[in-house]
Amino acid sequence: MWARAVWLALRVPLGRRRGFTCQADSQGSGRITADVIEHLERLALVDFGSREAVVRLEKAVAFADRLHAVDTDGVEPMESVLEDRCLYLRSDYIAEGNCAEELLQNSHRVVEEYFVAPPGNISLPQLGEQLPFPTDSSSHSGKGIPHEHVEEQ
Amino acid sequence: MLGRTLREVSTALKQGQITPTELCRKCLSLIQKTKFLNAYITVSEEVALKQAEESEKRYKKGQSLGDLDGIPIAVKDNFSTSGIETTCASNMLKGYIPPYNATVVQKLLDQGALLMGKTNLDEFAMGSGSTDGVFGPVKNPWSYSKQYREKQQQNPHGESEDSNWLITGGSSGGSAAAVSAFTCFAALGSDTGGSTRNPAAHCGLVGFKPSYGLVSRHGLIPLVNSMDVPGILTRYVDDTAIVLGILAGHDPKDSTTVQDPVKSFVLPNLIDVSKLCIGIPKEYLVPELSSEVRSLWSKAADLFESEGAKVIEVSLPHTCYSIVCYHILCTSEVASNMARFDGLEYGHRCDINVSTEAMYAATRREGFNDVVRGRILSGNFFLLKENYENYFIKAQKVRRLIANDFVNVFNSGVDVLLTPTTLREAVSYLEFIKEDNRTRSAQDDIFTQAVNMAGLPAVNVPMALSSQGLPIGLQFIGRAFCDQQLLSVAKWFEKQVQFPVIQLQQLMDDCSLSLENEKLASVSLKQQ
Repeated sequence: MWARAVWLALRVPLGRRRGFTCQADSQGSGRITADVIEHLERLALVDFGSREAVVRLEKAVAFADRLHAVDTDGVEPMESVLEDRCLYLRSDYIAEGNCAEELLQNSHRVVEEYFVAPPGNISLPQLGEQLPFPTDSSSHSGKGIPHEHVEEQ
Repeated sequence: MLGRTLREVSTALKQGQITPTELCRKCLSLIQKTKFLNAYITVSEEVALKQAEESEKRYKKGQSLGDLDGIPIAVKDNFSTSGIETTCASNMLKGYIPPYNATVVQKLLDQGALLMGKTNLDEFAMGSGSTDGVFGPVKNPWSYSKQYREKQQQNPHGESEDSNWLITGGSSGGSAAAVSAFTCFAALGSDTGGSTRNPAAHCGLVGFKPSYGLVSRHGLIPLVNSMDVPGILTRYVDDTAIVLGILAGHDPKDSTTVQDPVKSFVLPNLIDVSKLCIGIPKEYLVPELSSEVRSLWSKAADLFESEGAKVIEVSLPHTCYSIVCYHILCTSEVASNMARFDGLEYGHRCDINVSTEAMYAATRREGFNDVVRGRILSGNFFLLKENYENYFIKAQKVRRLIANDFVNVFNSGVDVLLTPTTLREAVSYLEFIKEDNRTRSAQDDIFTQAVNMAGLPAVNVPMALSSQGLPIGLQFIGRAFCDQQLLSVAKWFEKQVQFPVIQLQQLMDDCSLSLENEKLASVSLKQQ
């Protein structure tokens, strides 16, 4: 979908003799399309904030692509270095608790013993409905996340 | 007194040469004097003095709790401390006061240690310079040392001495600066990719990363659950061993701690180096390594060989991929761990009330800086359905290959690996910020992050000063759960190299506290 075949062919060659600090891998790959940006922002609930951030992500991805040169056939993924041991499970009895009051103290909005949240089931506004990136990144209108309307690649 | 080893001070306390309150006040005064270093985010003066009072009572009764009773320590600000603000140097947690102590903090307090304060770091421990926190960057005490200043006199930069100050390294830079400037005897850091060892190397300290699973992570605000460990920063290897002896052990609140019985961490004064096999990984010899570090590394290898140790070249073939692998795994786990910050139960909360999603998003935008947001987004990218297999799972597979590389090397008879810790000595802040956080981390974590992926213990031992008068340290890597052996080797090495004490005479002489019969100016700042 993202010209994947072309991308694979353009894979950054791994210069072993160069040592392994990465030089500016500015392969503006074009993988970070507007769709991807929106998708990521929605999943992470964190916005890019600027064009630089998108470029940084592209560089990060280009950096990560170097891993594809490693042959991992038949290798199992490793989740933890302690995989050969049994995780400790304690007995199922109440050892501590009853600290609701302490825990509620750290929240900004509390009603009796409830944490108060704004209404759910309302999605973030779509890209098209957004305002463009503010030049001053500290301003926000409160209507949703300001968004740059990224041109289609 | 402030330059002594932990055991010496402990003995002095027991013998009544100095009281915990006096010691506490000295350190507090020095913290005030070194405020410009920006090492501390929170100085817990009242708490420390109260603890000192109680410690004094215990000493009067002859009932001290142990070697750490009455000893000032500092804790990195990503460890939860009950009743004391814990911010992780982030707007997200400004004003957050945890209702509990991290296990490692509790263990130190149970031994009577005095908590001087919470130290500065990179925001959420992401970075290799301690420059990206919201409370500003940390300055390396060595920028103000006689050793460094003398070398700078060739530069006609008389006035701008301070504008060219050096970074501490990161992300536990505040802890490193605190220990290096004598404001405490030990400090807790965290180590995910080298965050304890890197600043230790730049500040001339012993920076220890324990085996994963040895020390509890309960209360350490997590970055990468499968790689984080609490780290220890001290001026002497023996001090590290004392602290480790207290911190190590199974914690029912952290099920990733192993249940093996805790071994003693008392280090022998003499070890038979001729029985050791030291491995030198050839892939760590990279073009970017500074010539000074390279020559010190070589000297160290020769030193072991001259004492009869077997020193061999070994290979860790997947080394060149380890930083990439670390980058993927780190950002992916970070993306997951940072999801807990939504403003509802703790931390910063913005004013938007339109919807939960909008509130979360705005809160997170306001609370996190660019570095954190960048890593969250990268991590989420790697975890997307279409990328999961190719990036995350792939990185996990490569992680196994890297861990196996180490296993193979240790199985071939090598006891300890000897590598550089950093590419070069500390640089100036102005130089450091020329590249962004991700690039710097990729460069600076090179020698240190593979160890985190394999879960092995490692330690930075300062070796010598560079031609600029700045510390350079070397890293020793040990077998999993052989921390005691690793520290024994480190102790031997420390004794051989006799790394010079930092000369911050100006600060020490200005210290207005004076005790009867103790001339502060003559506090031994010379080589031991």
